[in-house]
Order: sequence, then C-alpha cells, then structure tokens
Amino acid sequence: MGDANPSGEQAGMEFLHYFGGVFEPVALLLLLGGTIGGLILGATPGLSPTMAVALLIPFTFHLSATQGLILLGAAYTSTVAGGAVSAILLNIPGAPANIATALDGNEMARKGQGARALQLSFLASGVGGVIGVLLLIFLTPVLAQWALKFGPSHLFWIAILGVTVIGSLDSKSFVKGLLSGCIGLWLSMIGYDEILGTERFIFTDALTGGIHIIPALIGLFAIPQVMEMFSKGRSTANVNAISVPKYSLSQSIKELLDSIRSLSIGTVVGSVIGLIPGVGGQISGLVAYDQARKFSPMREKFGTGHAEGIIAAESANNAMVGPSLIPLLTLSIPGSPTAAVLLGGLLIHGIFPGSDIFDKHPQVVWTFINSMLIGQILMVIFGIYTAAWAARIAKAPAPIMAAGVLVLAVFGSYSVQQSMGDVHIMLVLGIGMFLLEKFGFSAAPLVLGLILGPLAGDYFTNGSMIAAAQNGPWVYFFTGGLNILLISLVSLSIGYSFWNNMLQKRDPVPEKAGQEPGQ
Amino acid sequence: MRKLVTVAALSVAITAFGVSASLAGDYPERPIGVAVSYGAGGATDFQARIVTMVAGNADMLGQPIYILNKPGAGGRKGWNWFATEAEADGYTMSAYNVPHFIAQGIKGGVKYNADSFEPIANWGADPAVVIVGKDSQFNSMADLVDFAKANPGKTTTSGAGLFVGHHIAALQIEKACACKIAYIPTKGGGAAAMKAVIAGEVMAGINNLSDAFRAREAGNIKIIGIADLERNTEFLPDVPTLKEAGFDVDNSSVNFRGLMVPKGTPQAIIDKLAAQVPLMFNHKRVIKRMKAGGSPLKVMDRASVLAMWAERKSALSELLKGL
Repeated sequence: MGDANPSGEQAGMEFLHYFGGVFEPVALLLLLGGTIGGLILGATPGLSPTMAVALLIPFTFHLSATQGLILLGAAYTSTVAGGAVSAILLNIPGAPANIATALDGNEMARKGQGARALQLSFLASGVGGVIGVLLLIFLTPVLAQWALKFGPSHLFWIAILGVTVIGSLDSKSFVKGLLSGCIGLWLSMIGYDEILGTERFIFTDALTGGIHIIPALIGLFAIPQVMEMFSKGRSTANVNAISVPKYSLSQSIKELLDSIRSLSIGTVVGSVIGLIPGVGGQISGLVAYDQARKFSPMREKFGTGHAEGIIAAESANNAMVGPSLIPLLTLSIPGSPTAAVLLGGLLIHGIFPGSDIFDKHPQVVWTFINSMLIGQILMVIFGIYTAAWAARIAKAPAPIMAAGVLVLAVFGSYSVQQSMGDVHIMLVLGIGMFLLEKFGFSAAPLVLGLILGPLAGDYFTNGSMIAAAQNGPWVYFFTGGLNILLISLVSLSIGYSFWNNMLQKRDPVPEKAGQEPGQ
Repeated sequence: MRKLVTVAALSVAITAFGVSASLAGDYPERPIGVAVSYGAGGATDFQARIVTMVAGNADMLGQPIYILNKPGAGGRKGWNWFATEAEADGYTMSAYNVPHFIAQGIKGGVKYNADSFEPIANWGADPAVVIVGKDSQFNSMADLVDFAKANPGKTTTSGAGLFVGHHIAALQIEKACACKIAYIPTKGGGAAAMKAVIAGEVMAGINNLSDAFRAREAGNIKIIGIADLERNTEFLPDVPTLKEAGFDVDNSSVNFRGLMVPKGTPQAIIDKLAAQVPLMFNHKRVIKRMKAGGSPLKVMDRASVLAMWAERKSALSELLKGL
C-alpha cells in the first residue's frame, strides 16, 4: 500500500500525501466512532485512556493495520480530553491527567457556568493537542534522541521538581499544602516494592499492590463532595435549576485568546513532559497549572473557577499526546502506560517501531498520525456541540447528584481491577479526605504526593544501584549538565515559593481583597 | 463490520449469563474468565487475549473467554487472589507465568506455590537473551564475563524485576561464571529495562527474545547470548546459547505462559479443558496473530506442563537456596 505514494518529496511535508487515507469512508467512520466513543469512555470514571485503548485493541484484530491504528489514535486523543468532562461536571478526574482541570473546572460548573468550562477545556485541548501532534510530525528525529538522555538520576530530579510544586498547589495554606503532600507520599509507600523485594504497610490483601491511582482519585475528589451534599440534609431543590445559561462559542474563543499566556505555558509544559519516557502525562496538567498560576497577574483567582486554570491544565494534557509517541515510534520505547498499550496495537499488525518505521510503513504511520490531527479537531467540534447539554448535569439537584456520583464512584473504582478492595480503599480515602477538608487540607497536593512518591522512590533506588556499581551516588546524581540544570530548577522553584510566601505575609491586605470577587 | 457486531453481541452475552450453576457434563454453560496478574496491554495480557479469541467457536469451548486484569506487586496480587478467592468450578482460570510464580512461591511471602494450581495447557515460551547497546565494547558473552571478572559487581545489567525470568537468568550466569554482576531490576517491565540498555544507562541487560529481536532489527542493540537449550532458528539463528558460549545455564529462565485452574477443580472439568484448550491455542487464526506480533508460540499439553513445573520447582529451589 505504501509504495503507491510519491516518495522523494521534501521530508517534512510527507505527511500531507497521506491525508487521503483518513478520508476514505471506512477510515472516516472509524475516526468518528473512535472520537465519540473515546469522549464517552474518557468521561466515564474509572476508564482511563490506557484502559480504553487496551479494551479497543481486540476490535482492531478484525481491521487492517491502517484502520486499526486510526481507531486507536482517535480514541487515545479523545479519551484524554473526555476525562475533563467528569472532572468538570462531577469533580471526578477521569485520569491523573485531569486532576488540575477539576480544580477550577468544577468550581466554574458549580456556579452554573459548566458550558463555559467545557468549551474552554475542549478548545484548549484542541490547541495543545494539535501543536503536540505537529511536534510529532516535524521534530521526531531531533526529539527522539533527546528523550533518551533522561536516565534514573534525571527522572528522580524531575519527580523532586514536582514535589516542590506541592506546597503551592493548595492556594489556601502553604504549610497545609505541604502536609497534604506528605500524607500522599506516605500513602504511596504502601505495597510491595518491586525493586527491593520488600513489603511495606501491607495489612490486608487489597493493599499488596499498593493504592491504585484511579480509585484514589475518585475517593479523594468525589466522596468528600458527596458527603458534603448529604450532610446538608433533606433538600427542597427546585427543578428549574437545571436550565443552564448558554455560553456563546465566540466568547469562549475570545477568552482563550486572552489567556494566551496560560495556553502557551500549558502547551510547552505538556509537550516537554510528554516527551520524557517514564514521567508521562500524570503530572503534566498539575505542573502546567502551577506554572500558569505563578506567572499570572490574577494568581489568587486560581482555584475559584478561573478560566486560566482550565486552559493551562487541558492544553498541557493534550499537548502530551503527540510527543509521548515519539520515543515509541522511533525507538520502540513506550513513554507512558498508554503508549505501551499502543505498542501492542502496532505489533499485532506486524508493524515494528524503529528508526526506519517512516520508510517501511509510511502509509500506516502517517495515516495514524494524521488521524490524530483530524481527531483533535473532531473532538473539539463534538465536545463543544454537547457541552451545553452536558453542562446541565452539574446543576442537577443535590440528592440526585450525590446518588449519581456515588454510583459512578463505586462502579469506576471496581472496574479498574475488578476488585472490591479498591472500592473499600476509595471509600476510606474519601471519608478521610472529607475530615481533612474540614481542617483546611485539600486533595490536589495529596494526590500529587501519591503520584510522585513512587516515581521519586523508584528512580532513586534504581539510580543508587547503578551509582553503587560506578562512582557513587554523589557523582551520579549531582554531576552532568542535565542533572545540574534540573537541580537549579528545583532550587528556583523552592526559592520562589519561599519568596512568594514572605511577600504574602508582609503584605496580606491586597491578597485578601483580591480573593473576594472570586469567592 | 459483521465481526464487530459479533464481538459486541458476545460482550452483551457475558453480562447476560451472569448467574448459573453447572454439572461437568454441560460445562461450560457460561463465559469463562481468565485472570491475568499483569496490567492491560502488557505482554501476558496481550497474548492471553489473542490465544483465547476463538474460545466461543462451537468446535472449541462453545463459550467466550473474557480477561480479568488483576495487576500488582509483580503478579503476587493476582495469584494471591486466584489461590485464595477464585472458585474452583472451572469458570475462573488464570494465566501463569513460569518461572515467576514458582520462584515467588519458593521465596515465600505469598499464598501459593506450584502445588496450589492445576495446569491446563501452555501457549507460549519467551527465552531470556543477554543484550548490550549497539556501541558497546562487548561483542560476546566472553567479553562481558571477562569484564565482570576483572571488575566484580560493576557490570550493571538491567532486567524486568525480581524473581522473574530475567533475574533467574542473571543469577544463573553469576553462578556459571563465578563472577559478580550488578543486576538492576527496573520498574515498568521489560520495556523500561530495554530503554536502560539503549540509552546506555546500564552496560548490559537481560530481556525477552521477542522484544530484543525487534530492538536489534531497529539497530539499537546487540544480542550476545540466549538462555535456552537450543538456538532460536526462527528469529535469532546467529545468536549462540549460553551453553555454547561455555556457561552452564539451562532453560530455567524461559518465560512460559499458559492457563491454569485452582486446585480442587472437578477432574472432569480439568480433563475437558486439557483436551480442548490446546486445540484453541493451535487454531490458525491464533497462530497468525501470535506470529504477527512476534510472540513465540509453544503449545504444550497438561502432562508436559506438569512435568515442566516439577522440573522448574526443583531447579529453582536449588538456585534460590542461598538467597
């Protein structure tokens, strides 16, 4: 199939020749199906992008390689964006990538501006996603080698860079943010350590594998909210509340363009983090959110339903999709769990990734990449089309909302590993978080601790093992350009937090004043 | 498109036939679950989905097989669940990975050992190979071992984890060469261990034949030895076995994959499965898909698997005694 197309054209523009493949009837149908299905799967709590793509692979057995990959590419793209829907409307992040979206998105939806939140989220996803895929198209050879430069010591420092964000992620209190992060780090220690072969804090079988991030996310975000609703007692909500004010698309686009700074920060952070194998999209949204806030003149509005927060988080998690495939396609190294599943999808069709993949299978690979490009655009269209309708969910009367979220929370936690143990973990964490919130702690820094704990721990252990066989840990972790660059970023981030904290203490009045309108 | 509809109909059937009890004669009356102790999309999960895809055909089991992922703690979580909670009625099977679960049983801290389960049949065998980066100074096992002897404990060697095939191969090599290497278990499975070799983070690695074959095709690594009794004529005819290279390493580290049921499952059901499942593994569509994915197929019947398990158990007990 591949040799039917003209070759020898200027390398950078080669992808244009293969756009035709995307618009064949069956391909287009699969693309539409993958996008819509992906949005629905992504919006279902408990079905992460990894899971959704894994579930779709058996369907591709019956399709040609090109068609199969169109389906997987479209689904991957839209599940990541679909996760924002449940994050915004139900405060249940569909995947770790959508945690930061929930912070401002859910606040905005609860104010009755769900349509606005969803439109901003899909538009930002689209911009970030398209730029990410363009990076994949034009810069793959350059970036592939760069992705290999990150060894255990560098990944350790990146995880530590993430840890420095923990304190500032909670806008209310720096100290409580850090404490929440510590609880998260401690929870992440639970389970069997696969590198050292030791057991930590395992008292029951359900904890052997540690705390899975998806049930934890559901518990920490959704359950406190449900309990809050129940605690308000019998409600006499009137059904008129379901009508949600429409928000015009042109307004959303204007708002997106006004927030060009957050959009750029999100896209850059997402692309860079997506490229690094082993860190993946788990932290891109949160890091982008934090950076966007640090650079924003209206930083005190973050966390109160601010547009910039949604834009930064969503552009980051979709910008990650394209670059995360660079190490996969050219080096056969899956950079994220979802990329690992996609590798299986490539292999089943006899496509072995490697530096010559673009020469050997141009038809399949370029059609795959093009389908992600078109998929991003379709996703934006469908997302926005349904936004006004879907946004009504967030304004459902509290009793219906609480019951619905509880059902989804149990279903989502169970479906991750078909385990009742995960449902119990979800409920315990949720009740715990409800109590912690009463004392002013918040879920986001706790979750970041839970995600970063294993990353920092495992890369440190691996790094020390390698260091022990070489020149010792000091040389291994503290020398070399990349290590020093990352250590400088860590120091800068810590320094900035202290400086900012001191400024706030010295001059508390304007901060208070600034917070009022957003509350 | 019709096939898509069939698959959709089957998944509806899975939920619809939830409740039932059965006699061995009519077995199976409803879909059968296969627990996989690794995550969705991993090599075991991926292969399990392929080899069970024709189960619903009338001349096979007549009922579809669905996959239950129970990942965590290097497989321990899933097999603990299978040994203690799965019903021994033939409607829950599990995929096994040898030597993983046998080695874990010997090391302790888990609720199973080789005697807790009844094998049905084996579908695959993926030998471990020794790899180095494409620009490495090592070109053969002799080079690598000479370096390890001169620099004890400095030969960093990546593998997929502890007490998996890769680790067993590393232990066997250390024993055979009477030298000390630094085995680095990486989290994230064989793919992460492979990346460490390609990026030059470690000096050598032990990885799966199928993955190493692809990495060599892509020009990223050299393969210097295979831990099996014979060379692999299909994929790597030029790579010598470790025995040929002069090291007394057998096939104890070969990663065998297959299906098993809990102890206590009625003999009639075990017999029926043992007769039907190998036919399913040998179906031409299964063979085609496995080959396309570069996954080595090795179908063994129940009797051969029983013998293989017993042999592994004694070899691994010997190897792991001092650890």
